[in-house]
Amino acid sequence: MTSHTEAIHEHHGPPEANRSSRVDARTLGMFLFIASEAMLFGSFFTAYFFVRVVNPDAPAEWPPEPYHFPVFVAGVNTAILVTSSFTMHWALQSIKRGNRPAFLAGMVLTFLMGLAFLLTQAVEYLNVGFNTGDGAFASVFFGLTGLHGAHVAVGLTLLGVVIIRGFRGHFSPEHHHGVELPGIYWHFVDVMWIVVYSVVYLI
Amino acid sequence: MESPFRSEAAAFRFLLISIGAFALIVVASWVEPWLGLAVFLLLVAGAVWVYLRQRGPAPPREQIEHVGPPDERRVLVVANETVVGEELMSEIGELALAGKARFFVVSPALNSRLKTWTSDEDPARAAAQKRLDSTLERLASVGIEARGEIGDVDPLVAIEDAVRSFRPDEIVISTHPEGRSNWLVRGVVGAVRERYDVPVRHVVVDLERPYRPAADET
Repeated sequence: MTSHTEAIHEHHGPPEANRSSRVDARTLGMFLFIASEAMLFGSFFTAYFFVRVVNPDAPAEWPPEPYHFPVFVAGVNTAILVTSSFTMHWALQSIKRGNRPAFLAGMVLTFLMGLAFLLTQAVEYLNVGFNTGDGAFASVFFGLTGLHGAHVAVGLTLLGVVIIRGFRGHFSPEHHHGVELPGIYWHFVDVMWIVVYSVVYLI
Repeated sequence: MESPFRSEAAAFRFLLISIGAFALIVVASWVEPWLGLAVFLLLVAGAVWVYLRQRGPAPPREQIEHVGPPDERRVLVVANETVVGEELMSEIGELALAGKARFFVVSPALNSRLKTWTSDEDPARAAAQKRLDSTLERLASVGIEARGEIGDVDPLVAIEDAVRSFRPDEIVISTHPEGRSNWLVRGVVGAVRERYDVPVRHVVVDLERPYRPAADET
């Protein structure tokens, strides 16, 4: 009977970390991120529905008279943001094909459209005609749109880093993970805006 | 439905779907607020249904390259409570007699789904460790020295982990008999045979009956 108990791998130092294949670390990280974001936006949407639906003193009109949401301007802003997702997708597809000029053009366009969205929102805040002290509806409006605006600002920072690295030649058809993750984030920000715009402005 | 956060392309598709879905909801709510809610619930139910019905692509068949001395067989043994069964001990004894062999025993930390979700795994790991220790002692008592570890609660994940570190030439899976084996219901043996290109022996251990040799090999 021949058998023995040699170590599987020669290993020195502290024991190796347990690496179960049950949950991939990147997947787990993304799930945790999504869960935290869902709870964050969920809390704001809960406040919104409480103010608008559950509250027995909820105004019949939304927003209550004499206020109005700038639906058209926000609609144009929505179109800008959605278009920026198309250019983001184009940029990533371009770097995957090795088309560096198209990649850079796509990233710069995405950044500019994101910046335009944020600036338009700032102008909208200045001209909307009400402020946070004008009622719960106003607090909820600024809270939800402001929370999303903060996410856009973070996204712009990520895009800015990608653009700088792109001009320095850090990305190639083989190495573009640094574009992929900000791209996912940017699309997530767009999805959240679709929800915010539909619920707050349109419905 | 692919997870929208696995790649940029998937996230982009998810965005397009979201635009279509919310356009429907908004139009429905303009017609009648309750209709908008109904469309929303319908779309959520549809998305959940698609998600639950989807089955990810089967992982590619994995080739396990032999490591270690050429004349040595590396045998991975995976067993639950049946690890103490005479049928399994007999099978391991036959393999040890057949030539130079190195054994690695994996004892999955069997646990209920609820306890797994709530991370209440300490008792399950302690029980698995106890089973593993007694098995290694029994093997040592008949001159077979082996190593072992506690595995994931999911036998397929436990095997995948062990394959990565041990690189076996053969896998032995011990289960309860048909009708009493949760692993057989889940098709664990078949899945392992499909997944890996090494021989997989299935040993049936009936802890309620006296020992009878029973093994098949592919």
